[in-house]
Amino acid sequence: MNLDLVIFAVSSVVAIFSAIMVFAQRNPIASVLYLILSLLSQAVLYVQLGALFMGAILIIVYAGAIMVLFLFVIMLLNLRGTEDLGLPSHPLSTPTKIIISTLFAVQIVLVAGRAALPPVTAGMLVEPDPTFGSVTEVGRLMFTEWVYPLQLTGILLLIAVVAAVVLAQKERSEDEPVVTIDQAGGPADPPTEKVG
Amino acid sequence: MDPVAYVMVAVVLFAIGSVGVLISRNIIILFMSVELALNAANLVIMAFAKAHGVTDGHVIVFFMLTVAAAEAAVGLAMIITLFRNRGTINIDRFSLLKW
Repeated sequence: MNLDLVIFAVSSVVAIFSAIMVFAQRNPIASVLYLILSLLSQAVLYVQLGALFMGAILIIVYAGAIMVLFLFVIMLLNLRGTEDLGLPSHPLSTPTKIIISTLFAVQIVLVAGRAALPPVTAGMLVEPDPTFGSVTEVGRLMFTEWVYPLQLTGILLLIAVVAAVVLAQKERSEDEPVVTIDQAGGPADPPTEKVG
Repeated sequence: MDPVAYVMVAVVLFAIGSVGVLISRNIIILFMSVELALNAANLVIMAFAKAHGVTDGHVIVFFMLTVAAAEAAVGLAMIITLFRNRGTINIDRFSLLKW
């Protein structure tokens, strides 16, 4: 029995099952945990494809940071999966959605089944290529050939942070006093002027 | 293992993500399905990078992770604003731009 095949089968089955469970149950926190499980399985697939560094990055950045952001928002909004989402806006809405999405999924699978790639063996037990997918190689490419996209990504992150703050910030009304805390950490002086 | 097998797994994951986008009515679960589809695209790029033996695909996936982080931050800020203004997370209620 090929061990690589076993690892591939187990991690892909877990990835697909937990991806289905993301929207097959109601509790959003459980959805986030299932999505994290799916991401961990995908990280195993990354490692099998010779991408050790990107597998680690996927776990650290995606499962570690972005999913925590999701959890934070769900807990901030206090969603428990027991919200009344009401009836669908139209009685035919749900069957139509399911039929269309199933047809779409079947179509994608059929088209991608014709993909022709150069035959390469992948797996954890395959003799590793020291120049493929290592931190050294990814870093070299990132700071030589892809240096301008890297700079643009930094600008994009800055814009996204500013946009998120502007969007989520509560608009302050004119007559609401601004609470300030002085340097010593003691109780703030009562606001003497209104800032609007 | 042939990289085509990984492409097939990624395609199934993408299809599941798009199904989730279409049928879920909770806006946060819908957003998570979008993330799932995005990750499936990343897995396809990884398989192609392995099949062609070039590391450039890994750099592209790195950029896509960055864009996904930015997208998650902005999207969740929008969800918070929507929830604050409407008091619901039902996607069917946000129909202001619908004719």
